[in-house]
Amino acid sequence: MSTVAFAAIAILTLAAALAAATLQKLMHAALSFAVMFVGISAFFFLLGAEFIGLVQIFVYIGAVAVLIVFTILLTRHDAEKVRGFNWSGVIVAVAVFAGLGWAISKTKSLSIVPQQIQPVTVQRIGELLMTNYVWPLLCVGVLLTVALIGALILVMEEKS
Amino acid sequence: MPTLSILLVVSAALFCIGLLAALSRRHAIFILIGIEMMLAAANLNFIAFWRFAPQPAQPTGVMVAIFAIAIAAAEAAVGLAMVIAVYRHFRTTNVDQLDHLKG
Repeated sequence: MSTVAFAAIAILTLAAALAAATLQKLMHAALSFAVMFVGISAFFFLLGAEFIGLVQIFVYIGAVAVLIVFTILLTRHDAEKVRGFNWSGVIVAVAVFAGLGWAISKTKSLSIVPQQIQPVTVQRIGELLMTNYVWPLLCVGVLLTVALIGALILVMEEKS
Repeated sequence: MPTLSILLVVSAALFCIGLLAALSRRHAIFILIGIEMMLAAANLNFIAFWRFAPQPAQPTGVMVAIFAIAIAAAEAAVGLAMVIAVYRHFRTTNVDQLDHLKG
């Protein structure tokens, strides 16, 4: 039932990712970046991780994409000088993909289909966050606070 | 549902596109976009492995993905702040021109 949906989402995601990586105009690339995250969230919904899909949409499209757009507006960018394409990056990326694809195709135990699952409710995630994962949760809280304060200090106007 | 290996191939392709953006672009914001893409591909792998695990499984993949998203958001905030600070200082965001440490 979901093979067609899977193929459509995969094509959308990979096309948007390629556009975000190769478009010349920075603003167009940022918008394709947002489209790519819609595709990845659709993957998460398809795989039964609804909460992660929602979090992904909130965090990436609501916050990170808007942050990138604001940064583009705050920095005047001269048109990237077209000095020929950087072929070494393409070669490295293709080589890494070939290596990963070879490893995946060689592993026999990967051709399995998923079983039925009970959906992971938000209540279960909350209980786990407050019991088994309370220390990682606290560390992530401290990390986010430090990162936001650090970002503010980095962009503060220097008094001369 | 597709098999796990198809999902892993899609995720690997996404990772390599991110690597391509991070390696071959000259603009600092493009490099950050590439890094975010690679993190998203890793998240996709976590969720895929969790979904295809023998059931009933603990939702460990889901929890790891939540923490990875939080850390990626912190990284994006600091990275973009650094782009703005570099732009103020050098009046450019082209990483090829930031070569003051070159001997």
